[in-house]
Amino acid sequence: MPEPLLDVRDLRVSFRTRTGAVTAVDGLSFSVAPGEVLGVVGESGSGKSVSMLAVLRLLTNPNVTVSGEVLFRGRDLLALPDKEMRAIRGREIAMVFQDPMTALTPVYTVGWQIAEQIRAHEQVSRKKAQARAVQLLSDVGIPDAASRVNAYPHEFSGGMRQRAVIAMALSCSPALLIADEPTTALDVTVQAQILDLIRELNGLGSAVVLITHDMGVVSQIADRVLVMYGGRAAEEGPRRAVFHGPRHPYTWGLLDSVPRVGGARLRRLPTIAGMPVSPGNIPEGCAFAPRCRLRHDRCEERPALSGDTHLDACWLPPDDRAALRLTARSSASAATDMDTEAAS
Amino acid sequence: MLSFALKRFGSALLVMFAISVLVFLIFFATPGVDPAARIAGRNADPATLAQVRHSFGLDRPMPIRYLLMMRHLLIDRDLESFVNRGSRVIPQIVQATPVTLSLVIGAALIWMTAGILMGTAAATLRGKAADPLIMLVGVVGVSLPAYWLGEVVNLITQKQLHSSVFSWVPPPGYVGLSQDPGQWALHMLFPWLTLALLYAGIYARLLRGEVITALNEDYVRTARAKGLSERRILIRHALRCSLIPIVSLFGLDFGALVGGAALLTEVVFGLPGIGKLTYDALQNLDLPVIMGTVLYAAFFVVLANALVDILYARLDPRARHA
Amino acid sequence: MTTQDIVAVEGSTRPDADVLLRATDVTKTYPMGRKVLRAVDGVSLEVRTGETLGIVGESGCGKSTLGRCLVRLTELSGGRVEFDGQDISTLSARRLRPVRPGMQLVFQDPQASLNPRRRAGDIVAEPLLVHRYGDAAAVRRRVAELFDVVGLASAHLDRYPHEFSGGQRQRIGIARALATDPKLIVADEPVSALDVSIQAQVLNLFADLQEEFALTYVFIAHDLGVVRHVSDRIAVMYLGEIVELADTEALYEDPAHPYTQALLSAVPDIDDGTLTDEVPRERIILTGEVPNPVDKPTGCPFRTRCPYARERCALERPRLAPTASGRHTACHYPLTG
Repeated sequence: MPEPLLDVRDLRVSFRTRTGAVTAVDGLSFSVAPGEVLGVVGESGSGKSVSMLAVLRLLTNPNVTVSGEVLFRGRDLLALPDKEMRAIRGREIAMVFQDPMTALTPVYTVGWQIAEQIRAHEQVSRKKAQARAVQLLSDVGIPDAASRVNAYPHEFSGGMRQRAVIAMALSCSPALLIADEPTTALDVTVQAQILDLIRELNGLGSAVVLITHDMGVVSQIADRVLVMYGGRAAEEGPRRAVFHGPRHPYTWGLLDSVPRVGGARLRRLPTIAGMPVSPGNIPEGCAFAPRCRLRHDRCEERPALSGDTHLDACWLPPDDRAALRLTARSSASAATDMDTEAAS
Repeated sequence: MLSFALKRFGSALLVMFAISVLVFLIFFATPGVDPAARIAGRNADPATLAQVRHSFGLDRPMPIRYLLMMRHLLIDRDLESFVNRGSRVIPQIVQATPVTLSLVIGAALIWMTAGILMGTAAATLRGKAADPLIMLVGVVGVSLPAYWLGEVVNLITQKQLHSSVFSWVPPPGYVGLSQDPGQWALHMLFPWLTLALLYAGIYARLLRGEVITALNEDYVRTARAKGLSERRILIRHALRCSLIPIVSLFGLDFGALVGGAALLTEVVFGLPGIGKLTYDALQNLDLPVIMGTVLYAAFFVVLANALVDILYARLDPRARHA
Repeated sequence: MTTQDIVAVEGSTRPDADVLLRATDVTKTYPMGRKVLRAVDGVSLEVRTGETLGIVGESGCGKSTLGRCLVRLTELSGGRVEFDGQDISTLSARRLRPVRPGMQLVFQDPQASLNPRRRAGDIVAEPLLVHRYGDAAAVRRRVAELFDVVGLASAHLDRYPHEFSGGQRQRIGIARALATDPKLIVADEPVSALDVSIQAQVLNLFADLQEEFALTYVFIAHDLGVVRHVSDRIAVMYLGEIVELADTEALYEDPAHPYTQALLSAVPDIDDGTLTDEVPRERIILTGEVPNPVDKPTGCPFRTRCPYARERCALERPRLAPTASGRHTACHYPLTG
């Protein structure tokens, strides 16, 4: 494995609240190699977005505590002075957020906002920055970029805005792009266009961390997959390994409960019992144990993420996971099963 | 943008017309109100009344009377007061306008500057001791009535400490800007501060809320992810967007103040402005002057509204197409 | 009034006994300045008793507006809707009232569609009270029963909406819709706001309820996997029109309309190793975006983005017509019979 571009070690994020400290990310470690696409999947409350915001130190709430190490090209971002951190944000690591409708400042033109980022990192004239903005917009597939550069965000459709945001993220050719649910707010045909765009940009050499809840999107675009649950990594590995031979019962559940556009149609979907854990009350042991159909005594103890290239955090015997998955699935689709979250 | 401005001014003119008709009807066509009786004085005999009616055109039909009045007021500008015969309405208003404008514009500059500084500072210092302190100053300012505060200021600067600290403070009154700019500013200083104090607190409070909301917006997070400095994020992004609602409030307040709402401050500091003129006219039920000042006030309120709308469209591109 | 009533009843014809809901040329327009937005533009469809008709399309295609027109939560601009043999599109509000219990709506955002100041039990009881279900004790019994049916505990009766999770709130919304014993439920994106695992639970609930109460569903969604899972037949909408209407299997295996084909090919499917023997689907990435419905293209609404568009498509609007294989498609050059 080549020297990782981003190496996150034992990242912890906790929020101080009136009812006590809440752990959103609980000892997360992962790495991203140069030029690689890492897909991070999980449901709401899994800590997937918070952990990436922590990497870029974008959690500005004074009640947040972040600890661990975030090594980017060998430097620990969490220990950098603010000024050096600012030079990395937008220049070496760019981030794209979920909702393109609100991601741009409404009172400035799209071109102005792109030029602003260029000028924040490079000594270029306003005119040159504006010319680069036009080029970037046309690179991300905005027709008639020369005039659209002077349009305001509200004059763009959702898909166009997400393109503009991506153009802005690309403006300084970052080594790493973190995209947080970049297509969730978009229609499926526009999503396909944006995913193609991200693929293209990845082809130019940028590594990508793609955060999503959509297993299909990850399956299409990721080189490696990180499945998160309750602020911890449940499973991690190369895409093919994770999708063809998922090892963690939570990954099984995620894969099985999605209604698909191909394959057999089931009358009832196999479900995961209960509801996602909230960061406020994550169990001491395995975070998924309360919803797991195969939980046993050992699950009281927290399993470590272990394995070679395909890692998982589960106490089940490693060898017959495929058979166990079939058992779990048949019980998960039975109507008699306690599949309502109401029971919890 | 131009057509938007034209449209906006067109509707402003319409509003002005409606207000003038309304005011006319209230003061001249309300049953029981007989301007002639007012002019002729108490116990006037019917013949005098009839003569007065005729000389003022009060015996003509209502629409003609309205048009006559508007003609006298706006075209010939020779409409005369009913109370002080011979003194014309328009010159009185023209004389009072610079006083009020001096007071309100100066105060507005002070309160906007103070409000924006205090509001932004409080928002960025949220959670620290300075924030509630700034807001407390704001609340105190809002809670002090203008006439009380003005009297206290006068008491201190003209009497108690006049011989020592405030010996440089001139007596209440007004000196024209063109006559002596230094004296003008000196005379206006305490009226400005008094009026500004009332508004700075409200604006600071409002702006603080807006900035705090803006700082939690997605676009601020985007700005941070771009690697911008906190200072730039605050001023160019958060504050810039927060000013939009402040500007519309400012337009309304400014229009109302120029229109005469600064009355209390004017009276306390002996400034012969529009507020004082209106006040005196109401005391004497001097209908032509009331008509004139009300129209003047309406003009400024409507004008301010139109300007705010145009400014709003400049500040907020989203409003341009609405 | 009585004569009209009789006329109305006699006038309603039921040529096809198993059609519960029939929409004929339904149109909904909104004035937009000098122009007109045609949100729903001449939609005709039938919903058969006991089936689930899926309506799928991208945002702004008019699927939600159509859903509201079907139960007359929105006044139609043109066309008619017959429910259970009765034309409901022109009924007065008072005449509509006895029809309402038979058709209910489940909304997308359970957070927004539940009154935050009322307890869950009261929310579900409300339609019962409005339609005079019975005395207080009977209503209470019915509400408890409904809670049980949708998988909520009786302890939840006295809680407020904010105390529930998203999935539970959607269950409350479903219980409210079920309260009046409807024949038809129109569900507008009922699972799109939910997490994947919760979505599966609610979809299973829909399936169970349909079986238990012989419900007919109109299921509106943008997620093609979800629509495929729940629907017997599916209508695909684009710019206010139905471009294809077919049995679910046929639609997904062999789309006839180029838009359906593009839509399906855009879905990122999970490659879990089970699909290896299938021929990989040809990916068609549509260029551009959906045109503004205020300025609909002439002829076929899809022609501006259609990879197969020809001259005729700009001149002549294709009508939704049956093909040899029994499906309906609005295309001059369908991809399949």
